[in-house]
Parts: sequence; structure tokens; C-alpha cells
Amino acid sequence: MNAMTNDPVLTVRGLKVAFETNDGLVEAVRGIDLDVHRGETVAIVGESGSGKSQSMMAAMGLLASNGRASGQALYRGQDLVGMRERDLNRIRGDKITMIFQEPMTSLDPLYRIGRQLAEPMIHHRGLSRREAREKGIALLERVGIPDPQRRIDSYPHELSGGQRQRVMIAMALANDPDLLIADEPTTALDVTVQAQILTLLADLQRERGMAIVFITHDLGIVRRFASRVYVMRRGEVVESGATREVFANPSHPYTRMLIDAEPAGAKEPPPAGAPLALTGENVRVSFDIGGGFLKGPSVALRAVDDVTVRVREGETIGIVGESGSGKSTLGRALLRLLPSEGRVVFMGRDISMADKAAMRPLRKELQLVFQDPFGSLSPRMTVGQIVTEGLLVHEPGISGRERDRRAVEALREVDLDPAMRNRYPHEFSGGQRQRIAIARAVILKPRVVVLDEPTSALDRSVQKQIVELLRDIQSRYGLAYLFISHDLAVVRAMSDHVVVMKTGRVVEEGPTAAIFDRPASEYTKSLMHAAFSQEDFHVEAMRVAQGG
Amino acid sequence: MQMRIDPAASSDDLAREVADAGAARSLWQDAFIRLRRNKAAVASAIVLAFFAFVAVFGPALAPNPYDEVFPQYVRVPASLEAYPRADSIVPEFESVLARARVDVGEITLDGGTISAPIVTDRGIDPRFVRFVERSDLFTNARIEEVSPDETRAVMVADVKRTYFFFGTDANGRDLFARTMIGVRISLAIGLLASLTALVIGVTYGAVAGFLGGRIDGVMMRFVDILYSLPFIFFVILLVVFFGGNFVLMFLAVGAIEWLDMARIVRGQTISLKRQEFVQAAEALGVKPGGIVRRHIVPNTLGPVVVYLTLLVPKVILLESFLSFLGLGVQEPLTSLGVLISEGAANMQGATWMLIFPAITLIVILFALNFLGDGLRDALDPRDR
Repeated sequence: MNAMTNDPVLTVRGLKVAFETNDGLVEAVRGIDLDVHRGETVAIVGESGSGKSQSMMAAMGLLASNGRASGQALYRGQDLVGMRERDLNRIRGDKITMIFQEPMTSLDPLYRIGRQLAEPMIHHRGLSRREAREKGIALLERVGIPDPQRRIDSYPHELSGGQRQRVMIAMALANDPDLLIADEPTTALDVTVQAQILTLLADLQRERGMAIVFITHDLGIVRRFASRVYVMRRGEVVESGATREVFANPSHPYTRMLIDAEPAGAKEPPPAGAPLALTGENVRVSFDIGGGFLKGPSVALRAVDDVTVRVREGETIGIVGESGSGKSTLGRALLRLLPSEGRVVFMGRDISMADKAAMRPLRKELQLVFQDPFGSLSPRMTVGQIVTEGLLVHEPGISGRERDRRAVEALREVDLDPAMRNRYPHEFSGGQRQRIAIARAVILKPRVVVLDEPTSALDRSVQKQIVELLRDIQSRYGLAYLFISHDLAVVRAMSDHVVVMKTGRVVEEGPTAAIFDRPASEYTKSLMHAAFSQEDFHVEAMRVAQGG
Repeated sequence: MQMRIDPAASSDDLAREVADAGAARSLWQDAFIRLRRNKAAVASAIVLAFFAFVAVFGPALAPNPYDEVFPQYVRVPASLEAYPRADSIVPEFESVLARARVDVGEITLDGGTISAPIVTDRGIDPRFVRFVERSDLFTNARIEEVSPDETRAVMVADVKRTYFFFGTDANGRDLFARTMIGVRISLAIGLLASLTALVIGVTYGAVAGFLGGRIDGVMMRFVDILYSLPFIFFVILLVVFFGGNFVLMFLAVGAIEWLDMARIVRGQTISLKRQEFVQAAEALGVKPGGIVRRHIVPNTLGPVVVYLTLLVPKVILLESFLSFLGLGVQEPLTSLGVLISEGAANMQGATWMLIFPAITLIVILFALNFLGDGLRDALDPRDR
């Protein structure tokens, strides 16, 4: 498996990448050395901004227009840095290929996937359209797309995220590359799909003997997937070596910090007999997805189907599920932000029938924190304005000075420097933005907060801090949380009670420890396996190959 | 800067860390810095500032009022030298004195003063000076050395030096002053009509987009109906109906031009409405008015500002076109369009009448378009 020969495919020496920005030259990569040998899997690990992606982009000549690369990136002795575009094109897309994080945006929505798949083969191998198509079908079959004869004529939007990533892999494999650079290829996917894709990659590598450079922030994947690892921080490689050794004795404190960054600990249980804060009984939400005037009977999609949730003061209910399971829809329905059927009771008061105006005074008590810390803050408002907007609605009487004081207080509460309240959100990092979003919710002193994937867009070490902050605020004010996430490790650290959802229905629910230690349903088991398995993907791939 | 959350620093985007160290900067300031690096846009901004100054103060500082008629100087060519020319002073003096029916002796021109002995047997009348004063060429006319029998005297006058940098028009009015007043009117119409379009369009588009559903449908169909009217015809109708009123002019143009703006803003609003920060505001209980005012409108301003800079030249051209048809501002006021129209009529004999207003208009339009382009690049987040 770890067929380490002394046959280097990619040798990087003293690679530097700098970007010209309004603030002057920003060095993203500050001179790194890296070796990739034939047939091995090398992981580059680091948090966002560590320069891990930019180093590979520089080697591929794909830097943004304001980027400058220097140093060497040798592919079989040829230096790729500063190579002419024409020569570079003979190598990339042919000998070195890349797959990216966003399978949504890396396929052109206007062309059928067959055509996009054929393009590199026609270009680099001189195949005819018919030959390329046949090879394309074979490749799609190989990457596990069902019914490839028909699928090759579909458009990207007709495929699921996992299938799109499989198509990307098929494209990358089309010309039998020596080196596949995978830039966070599974970050946007659900855990079970992620496991399938990684197993597929491991299997393909074994079969074809190509080298893989795997760029990721997820140490769990590195441990199970890569034979060697480079840990990057602020543009420098701080540690490198065989994966097992690095994980067993990390020598650099940063590596140790990354390894320890798994959200740990558990939540204190709420006091016994705490009153119910919010109850949703038999909640149903459906969306019209077709039909209507002159198009036949209307078709409804049951996004949430007969779900009952109860949350007490000081309690956290974790709602777990993959994308499309209806967990976010449920959260919004419980806050009455979406029309729904069923009974919703807040503090003993039935709010199922309350309209927008009737809900307005209650909004103070029912808050929501979103997943995307970049999209949930208006770019044209200062942090102070964002945080205090709720006060304008719910306490219109207070003066500007008082509002400012409350903003300072709220920002302190989430460990942000209050002096930054006159700045705009784009100047903050993801973790800081999420703190701002939390400050906006807690300034109103709510009773129930729906947290919709509040940590999913963040690096592990930041996740850990946010989880601690949320637990801290909860214990201070006795808040009730509905914690929606697909990330089981975070859910375990946050919740008292877990609800597992699939296609709008509750599959399983129970106390956190029970669900995690003894999952009852097959679906929960597969989620747990994908998230917590320690098994090497190469071993798994081998098992799958032999089994199939 | 990072305070207690130091481990978070490790995750910071590098660029952001650097930005953190600097002073606070809004997106607008960021865009301004980019704009400043665009040389064409900066040059355009300077040119426009210059024309704005000219529009405000120019007519007051000009050597001649824009509406004064100089009968002696009809269609004189542009020149940096002062009028009258030396060879036309003496004949003109002779002819004005002839009108006073006096016998003229030898005329002497000495620097800025002209003098001639006059003889008349009707007796020297002090009112003779009026004949001289009436001419555009002379000023401060006076009768000196009157003989005791009041039949002889010397008529003395100062030569009035008048500058026509851009020449004069067919009525003998100073084209330099008229061009400046034209810049004032054209820029004012351009700005005011664009602002009218901005206010109506942004409000209408944001409301339609935000409310959505049936209301949006009805509001946008109304826009479609207005689109389908031949709009030049519409403006002409308005102008003919209400007369060539200056205020009405920009209201009419603005009332037509807001349609594009409404569509742009509506499109922006629909995509903004799905953004999480709008949902967050809803979850805070902010009323629809507050959401539109605080969240939607400020976030549409980027494309709106760009469209505005492109709308101003469009309106100036439209006004020029209407004025060219004779439906624009009324005499003696003028606009660049009117001046160009007159210049086109006199193109053969008096090219300056066309060239100067046309060059002015072209420079203004170039500057506005370059600035609009620069703004679009500076505000484009994809380039960030």
C-alpha cells in the first residue's frame, strides 16, 4: 500500500507565494519544501489561511492575477513555476490533475457532463468524440455513477453533490495522471458520502498507482487516508513526516493543538424539573415543488413530516441529519419563520396560529444563529449596528448611548474586543464573525436559540472555542438550545438529547450517550461509522473491492 | 488585536490579519482605494470636478454675460486676442460719427483711445456721444476741446476690448459664456434626472422585490407597460403639453429612466432577500420597512452607483437630443444640446459654433463613462 519508491513525482523547493493587495504584499506561502513520490498519498493539513491550497495552485499556475510565485516546483525534473502557459497546459489536465472542494461550481452548468468529461481526452490524447464518449462512460462506471449510459447526457444540476464530485474525479482520471491534487474534495459533502468518495479515491489509487496530494483541514481524514503529512501554518511547513508518527508524537505545539482540537467534554445536564421552553408537536412543513396553474395537480415535498421536539430551559437538543433531512427547516418552523402545521408551544403559550405581527414581540425570546458567518452579517453595517439591531425593534425607547453600552457588553460576552464595534464584518475572520452573530442573538436575552450549524463553516480549533462559548453562555442564562448539525463530534459535545432525522422524519432519538454508544437504527449506525471509524480508507477500499 | 481569543488567530485568513492591523475600513473606502489606482477614473473625476466648478462659477466669471447681444460681433471667430481688430476700429468710428451727421476730420488711434475732430454747423450737442456709446466697440465717449462757437470739437472714446474665446453665435452672443451656461444646464439636468430616477427606481424596485409574489407581479407588469410606450414620444408629449419647463424637463426624463433602475434594484433585492442576514433580521423581528431600509437598499447601492454614473451621460444625451429637436430649454437659456444644434446649422460658415460645445460635451461624456467603468471595477467583489 505505502509503495514508497525513490521516484519523485513532484518536488517543491523554497516555494513562495505572495499576493499584491491594497495592504501591500501579503505572503501566503513563505518558502516550503515538499516531496511527493510515485504512488503515495501525501496530505497537506492546515487551517484556513495557512497557504495549503495556494502552494498547490502556484505549482499548477492557477494563482489569482495578483499572485506571484517564486521558488521551484519540479514535476519529473521540469520546473512548473514560471513555465510558459503553453508548456504548462501540456502537463496540467494531463499528467497532473486537480479536484476541488465545490463540486457545484467546478462543473460548467451549461454543458452536459459527457462533453466536459470528453474535453481533456480530446485535447490531450487526440481522441475522437465517439472514443472519448465511450471512455467517459467507462470512467463514470468506474467512479460508481449508476446508469452511466444515461447519466453521461445529464447536466450537472441533475446530479447530487456526491455524484458531481465523482464526475470531477472521473474527469481528473481521464488521462491517467501521475499526480492527483485533491483540494478539500469532501468538505462540502455529508459524512457518509465523504466516506464513499474517500474509499473510491483510495481504491483508484491502488489500481492506478498515481500519487495523491490531499489538501484538507480535517485531521480525521488525514489519519485514515494519507501515508505522509505536512502540517502548514501561516505559509510555513511546521511539521512533516509519516502520518502515524506525527499523530503519535506531534513535535510542534501547533500540530498538538490541531490534534487536540476535537470538540471535547460534555454538557452539564439541565437542572431536573426545568420547565419546558419550546415544544413542537407533530410539526409538518411542505413545499410546493411543481404543478399549479395549467400544470396539473400541485406536488408537495414533505420537508418535515410529523416531528415532535421538546426542549427545556437550560437543555440542548441536538438535531442530526444529512443535507436534505429537513433539520434546518424544522428549526425555522419552530421559530415560526416558515408556515407549518402542528402545534408549537412557547413557555406555555400556543404560537401555532400567531401571525407575523403577533410573533414580533416574541422574537426577542426566540433567536437564530446561522451556519454561514459570511452571509449572515450585512456587509454594509458596522458590527455595533449589527449587534444592536434587535434593540431597535424590541427596546425602541433606549438612547443611542445606551445601545452602544449594550453593544460593548454583548461583544465582551462573546470575547471580542468592543473597540472593534465600528468596523465592518469583512475585516473579521470566520470565528470572529460567528461570535458577532452570537452576540446579536444574546443581546436580547432570549430563552430559546436555534443554532443552525453554527460551527460547520469553521476550522476545528475555532469550532472548539465556539462550542465552549455557547456552553458557557447557556449555563450563564439557562438558555434552551436547538443545535442543528451534521457534525456528530460537535453534537456530542453540545447536546443533552439527540434527534436523528432523515428525509423529514425522525429516525431515532434519545439521550446523547445512548445514541452515540448504542445507535439502534441502521442509518444512525452508518452515520456513526462514517464519522468515528478509525479504519484506514485503503484497508476499507481493499475490503470493498474484494467483497464486490 | 486578537485579545483573548488568540488561538483563533491561527485560523485567520492571512490577508485579514493584515487588514486587522490597519485602521477600520468600510467596503466603500476599500472601493475608493481601488478607484484611486485607476488612472483613467482619477483623471475623469478631476475633469468632472473642473466642469462642476465651471458650471457653478463659470458664467459669473466669464468676460461677457451669456445673454448679451453684440450686434457688431455677429459670428466672429474664436480668438484669444481681444476684439475689435485694429483694422476695424477706424471705419467703425467713422461710421458711427457719420450717423451723427457731423463732418469728421482725421481720426487718430492712440493705444486704447481714439479721437477725431468733428465739425458741425448745427452746434455741438452732448448727445452725440450716444451714437458712439451705442457701438459695442467704444466706451467712455466724451466731447473735448469744444470751440467757443460750438461748431468744432474733438470726439474722444476708449476702445472697448472684448474677448470671445469661443467666438460668437449668429446673434452675436459670447459662445464662451453660453457654453458654460450650457454645461451648467446639461449637468444639472443629468444629475437631477438621474437622482429622480434613482429615488423612484430604488424605492420601487426594492419594494417590489422584497414583497414579491403577486404585488411584485403587478408592479413589474406596470413597468413593462411603461417600457412598451415609445418613450421619446412620451417625453415629447409631456414637453409639448406642459411647455419647455426646465424642472419638468428633468422630471420627465427621470420618470422614464427609472424603469431600468427599478429592474436592476429588484433583481438585486430578490437575491439579497435570500441572504442569511435578511433572514437574521426577520428572526430579530425587524419590520419589513426596516429590512428594506437597513439591509436591502444599502446592499444594492454598489450596482446602483455604477448604473447612476452611466445614466448621467445617457440623460445628458437625451436632453441634447430633445433640445436638438427644439423641445428642450428655452432661449436665452441654453444647453449643450441646443448649442450643438445651432452649431450644426452654422457649420459651413462658423465651424467654431459646432466645435466648442461638441468638444465640451464629448469630454464630459468620456469622463462620466470612464468614471462609471472605474467604479464598476472598484465595486466588483469578484475582483477582491
